[in-house]
Amino acid sequence: MADVLREVTDTDLDAIEIGAAILGTGGGGNPYIGKLRCREELKKGRRIPVIPLSELADNALVVSLGGMGAPVVGVEKIEQGEECLRALKAIEKETGRRVDALISAEIGGANSMEPMLTAAQAGLPVVDGDGMGRAFPEMQMTTWSIYGHRAVPAAMADEKGNIVVIRDTPTDHWLEHIARAAVVPMGAACGLATAPMSGAFVKRVAIPNTITQALNLGRAVLHAHRAHLDPIRTVIEQENGRLLMTAKIVDLERHLKGGFAVGHLTLEGFGDFAGESGHIDLQNEFLVFRRGGVVEACVPDLIVVLDSDTGLPITTEMLRYGQRIAVLGLPCHDLLRSPEALEIVGPAAFGYPDITYEPMPAAGGRAA
Amino acid sequence: MFRIGIDVGGTNTDAVVMEGDRILAGVKSPTTEDVMGGVVESLTKVLDQSGAPKERVSAVMIGTTHFTNAVVERRHMARTAAVRLCLPAAQCLPPMVDWPEDIREAVGGRFWMARGGNEFDGRQISGLDMAELDRIAAEIGAAGIDTVAVTSVFSPVSDEMERKAAARLKERLPGADFTLSSEIGRLGILERENAAIMNASLRALSERTVAAFGRALEAVGLTCPYYITQNDGTLMSREFVQAYPVLTFASGPTNSMRGASFLSGEADAIVADVGGTSTDVGALVKGFPRPASTTVDVGGVRTNFRMPDVFSIALGGGTIISGEGDAVKIGPQSVGYRITREAICFGGQTLTATDVAVGLGLADVGDASTRGRMPNDLESIKEKINALILNAVERMRVSPQPIPVLAVGGGSILIPDRVGDLPVIRPEHFSVANAVGAAIGQISGEVDRIFSLASKSREEALAEARKEATDKAIAAGADPASIELLDQEDVPLAYLPGNATRIRLKVVGSMHG
Repeated sequence: MADVLREVTDTDLDAIEIGAAILGTGGGGNPYIGKLRCREELKKGRRIPVIPLSELADNALVVSLGGMGAPVVGVEKIEQGEECLRALKAIEKETGRRVDALISAEIGGANSMEPMLTAAQAGLPVVDGDGMGRAFPEMQMTTWSIYGHRAVPAAMADEKGNIVVIRDTPTDHWLEHIARAAVVPMGAACGLATAPMSGAFVKRVAIPNTITQALNLGRAVLHAHRAHLDPIRTVIEQENGRLLMTAKIVDLERHLKGGFAVGHLTLEGFGDFAGESGHIDLQNEFLVFRRGGVVEACVPDLIVVLDSDTGLPITTEMLRYGQRIAVLGLPCHDLLRSPEALEIVGPAAFGYPDITYEPMPAAGGRAA
Repeated sequence: MFRIGIDVGGTNTDAVVMEGDRILAGVKSPTTEDVMGGVVESLTKVLDQSGAPKERVSAVMIGTTHFTNAVVERRHMARTAAVRLCLPAAQCLPPMVDWPEDIREAVGGRFWMARGGNEFDGRQISGLDMAELDRIAAEIGAAGIDTVAVTSVFSPVSDEMERKAAARLKERLPGADFTLSSEIGRLGILERENAAIMNASLRALSERTVAAFGRALEAVGLTCPYYITQNDGTLMSREFVQAYPVLTFASGPTNSMRGASFLSGEADAIVADVGGTSTDVGALVKGFPRPASTTVDVGGVRTNFRMPDVFSIALGGGTIISGEGDAVKIGPQSVGYRITREAICFGGQTLTATDVAVGLGLADVGDASTRGRMPNDLESIKEKINALILNAVERMRVSPQPIPVLAVGGGSILIPDRVGDLPVIRPEHFSVANAVGAAIGQISGEVDRIFSLASKSREEALAEARKEATDKAIAAGADPASIELLDQEDVPLAYLPGNATRIRLKVVGSMHG
């Protein structure tokens, strides 16, 4: 897109909600509550300024933040509202440095919204980019962590005034472990801010322009609805992706394992794909797509499932036998395709040591 | 003994008289503004046609879309106080934050947030502040509001705060009605709170409507008890529906699906209910509608009721067919109730879906001699109509099994004899399936309480709960032999000593006689 995004306004929020849910590839939590909270901040006369990666000063201090906890708590105990702001302030106090900008750890799903509303509260800009370019289940799966930034000191804040600063841990894995233990007494939900990063580092490793990407994706879907265009085609064209299959779900197996929703979908193609069979494996997010037993797309590329009529994203908890869906493959950013990235977010990291990641060929597909 | 089923829809009030499993008569009358008039007319006609003596009618079951329509049309909703127990949590999104402006205005838009609420594990977020509640009660009283919805964070896990706060408010507001969110909703505070507020705002209407039903029965000389159907196909007593009117939401599609199941004898099927302007397609699983898995909007407000999963398409008997050849468009506009004036087969000028059926000799409606005035590509138009129906049915299909499609409703002649690979059944009395669904409404028994697992197993606790619910259903008039388990859910409450679990369980049975 030619226009550089400078600010997120009220009319952008519905589109970002849809786009962020598409980039959530089935997981990431529902951005609905976050959208409402952003809207409330704007009603108070606050603004959400956006800064493009290219304009970030090398010596700027950027903090990555978001909500952490159990998804069910997020829909029942809504936040007081300034949890992430307090975590941010705690980081400033701990490091003795002022933060210049905020960035989302994860654009896919609910954590697309948290940095935007915190930016409005703090009077800081939010950077147009994020640490995943999609959704992933764990904290160390950010490009910050993959490319060597240490997340400590990190700060957690709840609605009651409890603030926990984790000053140091030997690895980010330890941080995830200790933070998970600390969030339980807080009621299984908190705002989390991690150690400041330099502007130079963020420019090098952030997945660029992902707020703009979510916005444009959502706008395209909404426009397609209004103009009675095919929303599926619109998403594919916008993202340079491929239509992997239009299909009906003919088998669905899903269960909880170690706090994750794990499962498997069997698909029967229709339309141009009649007579074909497909399979999708999921763990919170959609991980692997197979056609007739052959892997055609896998993490870290994005496997997106949309309602075949409306083009609206279907999250893993909304899946149902008989649903008619469009399965799309969208290429992930090159930052997620390096050997060090694939070690953390490639198929082997999700329990598929036998799958060798092949970057998905962009564009085209068989949409005749 | 005889039973009467009534369906009070937006357009028509239908009534049937049943004796055991037999349908003696079925009639339709226009719904009236005061509800009572239409009910009286239908009751009078159906009693007359069936010849059933009034004193031998054992019960009247009423299905109504009146409360759903009140919300959709923003009418008859009372000014309501929304009280949320949550502080310091949840203050960033106040009650009704995502409601359309007009419906928020219709209920007055007044809310209070107070200390209270629980964590996921039952601990308190903060304790109730009685002085704060007294102040809120005074403000509610000063605003002249007399219906209150109380919602506490995690009240489905522990409802104690809601009960205590309501009791305290009631001391200062003795004339007010109270709705507790834990009594009508599930986890998901915004949706549960929305349901509680809508319920509170409809209570006065509910009292008036239930009284009008009572007067209508009296006017035709019926002295038997009457019941209202809820969205899971079970019956509510008069007192219960006065307290929980929102539980009638979506009872219309439930009644039509259960009625179709009864009329055809099929328990697993797809039901297509074709009206004048739209077709509702749903799935029956073991005789009950399959519930929707996502949030359902009622009048623009998000709720998480267990509503039947219904896919609606703009195709009905009055649907207007426009354009020619490849450019033919089916709907979405409909001539609606004007069909008997405007459709070609009734001498009008507008080509409707019904005309297509008449022109192809599929239906015997209106004047067959009007066929000459119809276009000659009726076959290809009918194919397009069939494709719409096939798509909707395929969406709702729950398994690859070749289950039947049950075609009901006044416009069901539009359904072809086969939909894809599925056979179509057109049961007798198909046009009053809704009223039949109401007439066969079931009696339920419910248990919702905490069981200690210190001295018994989970299975023993479930069996105990089931026995308790079964006894309640029998006491309420259910036939013991017919009782089945409808819904069961147990939530372990890790925070309570003695390994406690909350069991919610519902059994249903047919009514005696």
